[in-house]
Amino acid sequence: MSPFAEYAISALLLFGGVFTLIGAIGLARLPDFYTRLHGPTKATTVGVGAIMLSSVIYFTAIGEGIGISEVLITVFLFMTAPVSANMLAKAAMHIGVKTMEGTEGKPWEQ
Amino acid sequence: MFDRLSFPQPWLSLILFITWQILSDGVSGGSVVLGLILAWIIPQITHGFWPERPAFVKTWRMPGYILRVLKDIVVASFSVAWLILSPRTPRPAFISYPLTLDHPLAISILASTISLTPGTVSADVSDDNQTLLIHALDAGSDQEVIDAIYNSYEKPLMEMFK
Repeated sequence: MSPFAEYAISALLLFGGVFTLIGAIGLARLPDFYTRLHGPTKATTVGVGAIMLSSVIYFTAIGEGIGISEVLITVFLFMTAPVSANMLAKAAMHIGVKTMEGTEGKPWEQ
Repeated sequence: MFDRLSFPQPWLSLILFITWQILSDGVSGGSVVLGLILAWIIPQITHGFWPERPAFVKTWRMPGYILRVLKDIVVASFSVAWLILSPRTPRPAFISYPLTLDHPLAISILASTISLTPGTVSADVSDDNQTLLIHALDAGSDQEVIDAIYNSYEKPLMEMFK
């Protein structure tokens, strides 16, 4: 493997790791349910994307063909993450989870 | 009788077939057979859940849209990451977003895009498909968020689903 590929892979892994960590910190630090919803669906999108890219570069560099399956994993994740976030938000509104002070607007009653 | 043997959604079937070939690590006799079975049975089972097909979809605009969304995801991630790490408390808001799109598929693409881009989650669609409830993590003002979403996502989608 060329040194360039190694640097690229390491950089992407670090980048992805940092973003996933920030997502986890957000989950612990943000004040209420709705704001915490942003942590996992957000920072993780970029985190997983970067880790996936490094995996594609790795398997391409060691000569096992271009890793399409990793791209597929990301596509599945991008398709399912919004749905689960939406379901969580709907469930929270349904049982009336409290919002933090200073939240503008209100969830619906439907 | 022959209804049951047809492919009601050829594109969906094709995508399922190709996806299965990629997932099963190389094309072989077995993967082709199973791929065909899946490409036939999944559209049959899920047929009732699909919204009606839009009259005309400009599919060739899709790659440009996806690239723009990916760029926005990366850019906005940094601001959300910064917000999480900075000591100030965020200013969250529930925003009612007035939809101009009317096709269910277009609305669900818009809602997914909003959820994927950092800083906003789409929480609910009103029963009449007129309003989208968005939770924003850190909103300056409602109108700002609404304008940003309208210009960068809804407009291109409207052109795609005309």
